[in-house]
Amino acid sequence: MDSTQTHGINLSINSSDYHLQILPWVTLLDVLRERIGLTGTKKGCDHGQCGACTVLVDGKRILSCLTLAVMKDGAAITTIEGIANGEKLHPIQQAFIDHDAFQCGYCTPGQICSAVGMLQEAKARNREEIKELMSGNLCRCGASRGIVNAVMQVMEGGSNE
Amino acid sequence: MTKLPSIGKPISRLEGRLKVTGIAKYAGEYQAPGLLYGYVVNSTITKGTIKIIDTADAKALEGVIEIFTHENRPSTAWFDFQYADMDAPPGTVFKPLKDNEIKYNGQPIALVVADTFEMARYAATQIKLAYVEEKFETDLESNIDKARKPKKGMASMLKPPPPKPAGDFEKAYESSFVQSSGEFKHGTEHHNPMEMFATTVIYEGKNRLKIYDKTQGTVNSQMYVANVFGLKMKNVQVIAPFVGGAFGSGLRPQYQLFMAVMASLALKRNVRVTLDRAQMFTFGHRPTTLQYAKFGADEKGKLNAVYHKAIGETSQFEDYTEIVVNWAGMLYPAENTLLEHRLVPLDVYSPLDMRAPGGSTGMHAVEVTMDDLAYKLNIDPVEFRLINYAEKDKSSGKEYSSKELRKCYLQAAAKFGWEKRSPEPRSMKRGNKLVGYGMATGIWDANRILARAQAIMTSDGKVEIKSAVTDIGTGTITIMTQIASDELGLPLEDITFSFADSSMPFAPIQGGSFTTATVGSAVQVACRALNKELFKKAKRDKDSGLADAAFEDAVFSDGFIFLKNSAEVKYSVQEIFAANGGKEIKTTNSSMPNPLTYGKKIKLVHSAVFVEVEVDEELGIIEVTRAVTAVAAGKIINPKTAESQILGGMIWGISKALHEETILDNQFGKYMNTNLAEYHIPVHADIHDLDVVFVEEEDDFVNDLGVKGVGEIGVVGMPPAITNAIFHATGKRINNLPIHFDKLL
Repeated sequence: MDSTQTHGINLSINSSDYHLQILPWVTLLDVLRERIGLTGTKKGCDHGQCGACTVLVDGKRILSCLTLAVMKDGAAITTIEGIANGEKLHPIQQAFIDHDAFQCGYCTPGQICSAVGMLQEAKARNREEIKELMSGNLCRCGASRGIVNAVMQVMEGGSNE
Repeated sequence: MTKLPSIGKPISRLEGRLKVTGIAKYAGEYQAPGLLYGYVVNSTITKGTIKIIDTADAKALEGVIEIFTHENRPSTAWFDFQYADMDAPPGTVFKPLKDNEIKYNGQPIALVVADTFEMARYAATQIKLAYVEEKFETDLESNIDKARKPKKGMASMLKPPPPKPAGDFEKAYESSFVQSSGEFKHGTEHHNPMEMFATTVIYEGKNRLKIYDKTQGTVNSQMYVANVFGLKMKNVQVIAPFVGGAFGSGLRPQYQLFMAVMASLALKRNVRVTLDRAQMFTFGHRPTTLQYAKFGADEKGKLNAVYHKAIGETSQFEDYTEIVVNWAGMLYPAENTLLEHRLVPLDVYSPLDMRAPGGSTGMHAVEVTMDDLAYKLNIDPVEFRLINYAEKDKSSGKEYSSKELRKCYLQAAAKFGWEKRSPEPRSMKRGNKLVGYGMATGIWDANRILARAQAIMTSDGKVEIKSAVTDIGTGTITIMTQIASDELGLPLEDITFSFADSSMPFAPIQGGSFTTATVGSAVQVACRALNKELFKKAKRDKDSGLADAAFEDAVFSDGFIFLKNSAEVKYSVQEIFAANGGKEIKTTNSSMPNPLTYGKKIKLVHSAVFVEVEVDEELGIIEVTRAVTAVAAGKIINPKTAESQILGGMIWGISKALHEETILDNQFGKYMNTNLAEYHIPVHADIHDLDVVFVEEEDDFVNDLGVKGVGEIGVVGMPPAITNAIFHATGKRINNLPIHFDKLL
C-alpha cells in the first residue's frame, strides 16, 4: 500500500454508508471525528490507554485510535451516536443517567460502547468481573461506582440487546 | 412534572441525554469551513536558549500553511499584567513564543499549522532544532536551602498565608506528655482530565473571534485573549459548553488558547489546536511538597503544641501558593502553634491548583500525626478528635458559621462499623491478608465571591437563566435550574439554564468549591428580582387584587401570584404579558457577600472519613476495600450530583494515596511517565465499596441558600485515612505518597 496516496474505502457507520478517500495514516478515530463529524467518539490519549475512543466494529469493541481507517474497509461500525434506537435510549444509556454514571461526560461514550460490547461478549458473570472487563475505560471524574452499578443493572435485567 | 421544592431532590443531570448519546460537544469538536489544525512543538531541554530553529523543510511539506516560532510570531501585549488571569500567582506570567529562552522541559516553542491534523503532527517532527543548554535545578530535596517565604499578590486573597505563631511552640512541645513528629512527602501530580486541552477559534472577520475553549472560566479566557492580543472584550466571545473534566487545570488560560488565537488572527482563518496527552504534562501540576509536623499533647489527650511546615516547589517565574499548613489551626484548639509555608523556585512550570489544592496535601500530615498521637496515648482515634474538638476557630478567634463535624464522626463511624476495630496494629486478618481500619478528618473552605445572573421570562411563562459559568461535570446546570425553580415557583421543565458563554452575565472561574454558593446566589437574586418585577407590573392592574399587597406576602407558583393571607387572589402572569403586548421581562443582578459582615465568621466544610484496607504482605498489594465519608457542607441542593462529587473526590484520594505520581528524572529535568499507561489512576477494578453520608447542617450565615460546596472535600480526608489504615494493618508508618508496593517491603 502506498503511504503517500489516498485510498478509497467504504465504511458503514451507524447503518449509513460512507465512501472516503483517505491517506493510510488517518486513524478511524480521526475519520469519525474530523472527516465525518461524529464527535461523540472521544480522544483521550490517542495511544490506546484510556478507552475513550471505544467503538463497536462488527459488534466487537475496539479502540478506534489504534485502528487505521484503511484497515476497516467494508466494516460495520457502531459509534455512540448509533447506540440508541432512534429516540429510545439503549438500556445502558438510560442506566447511566439513572445511576449518575458520569460527571464531565467525556469518557462516557467509550464506557457505554465498551459496556454494550462487553455484555455481548457474555463473559462477565458478576460485579467483580464487570469491573475487571471494564477497566480499560478510564474515568477521571471517579464515576466508577455508578458505571458498574449501571452495567450490573442491565446485565441482571437481561436487557443487553 | 417535578414537585417543588426541587432543592434537595436527587434530580438526574439535565444534560444527561446529551452526554450518553454523544451529542454533547466539547471545545475541540466544533467544525468550521476551511478549519486549520495546529500542532505544538515542545522543548526537549530544560533550561537554555534555542540557537537554531529551522522550519524550512517542515514548511515545504504539502498542506503546511505556516509555522510560528519566537522568530516570526506576531507581536502581542508588552506588559506583564496584560497576561495575568484570575488565578495568576504573584510573579511574571509565562508567555508562549516570547523569545528563545527555555525555562522548563516541554515548553511550547513552535506551532505548526496545516490543513490536516496528521500533516501538522508530521511536520512538527521535521523542524530542526539546536539549543544551548544551561545547568538546571528541578529537585526539591537537594535545593531545600533555597526555601523562602512566598510573595503575596492578588491570589493571596483566597489563599491567606499562615497565621502568626501563637504561644511558645518549642517550649510546649518539649514539655508535652506525648509527642509525634514526622516528615512527609508527595510527588508531583498532573490533573489529566480525560479531555485534552483544545481550542477552536472561529475567525469572524476583522479582529472578531468566537472561541470554543476548554476552560473553567469563559470570562477568564475572554479577558486573557482581549488583553494579550489587543482586542475589544466585546469582540471576543469564549464558549465552553461542555468541559471534559478539569480539576483545576482550566483555572488558567493554557497555551493552546494563545496558539490558536495567534494563528487565527495572523492567518485570518478558523484554527483548532488540540494538545496531546504528553503535552498535558507541560503546564500546571500539584507541586511536590515536603512537610514537617510535630504535635504534642497532654496525658488527657489535649493537644497543646502544633507545628506544621510545608516546603513546596514553584517555578522561577511565579510564586504559586496553596493553603497547606493553616488547617490544623482551624481544626484543633492548641494553645501553642507554629505554622510555616515556604517555596523553592525550580526550573519547572508553575504549579497550578489541583482538586483540593493544599488541603489534600496538608491534611495528610496533620491527620497522620494525629493518628500517631492517638496510638501513643492509647486513645481511640475518633475519641482523640472529639477530645480536641474546637467549638471556635482558635487561630482567628472567630465563630464557625456552622460546624457539624461531630455528627460526621459519629454517623460515619456507625455506618462503617468502627466499633469492630481491634486497636492493636496487625491484629485483624481476613484469610492471608492483613486488615486495617483508619480514619481522618477533612476540612475545606466555604467561600463565595461576586457573580451576576440574568432571568428572562417570555410570554409563554417560561424562564431562561443566563450565566457565563461553566459546568465541568459538577452538576452546575442541574443545580442552578433547581435553585431557579424553587425561587420562581416553576417546574424544572419551564426553566432553561444557559451557560458557559462569556457574553452572558459575569461568573468567576469555576473552582475552590465556591460555584454553587457564588453563582447559585446570583441566580437566586436574579429570580427574586424577576418575581419583584412581575409583582410590580401585576400591582398596576387594578383588578389584580394585589394593589395594596406587599411583595413579602406574595407567593409565586406555576405562573400565578397568590397572597399568603388571602385565598381570593390568584393572578396569572399571562395578564401581564397580555397588557404589555407579550414583551419579555428581564432582570440582571449582581450578588456578593456583604463585605462588612462576611468576614466575621469562619466558613468551612468538614468531613469524617473511615477506611478499610486489605494488605497482602507477600505480594505487596494494598486494596481500599471499604470507605465511608460523612460530609457537613450545609444545604445539599442535589444529593445525586453531590454524592457523585464526593465519590469522585474519594477516588481521587485513593489515587493520591496509592496510585498517581508524575516521576521527574532530575538528570534530564523531565517528567518520565507522561501518558495514561504509566501515570496510574484507579481503574474500575481498583474501586470497591464506597459510601457517602450527608450530615444535616443548617447555616444561615454563609448565604441565603445555606450552601457550602462539595467539589474538594471528598478528596481531603482520604489519603490520611488510607495511610492510617495501612499502619493499623501492617504497623508501618509510611509518610511518602503514593504508597506503592515497594514501600511495604
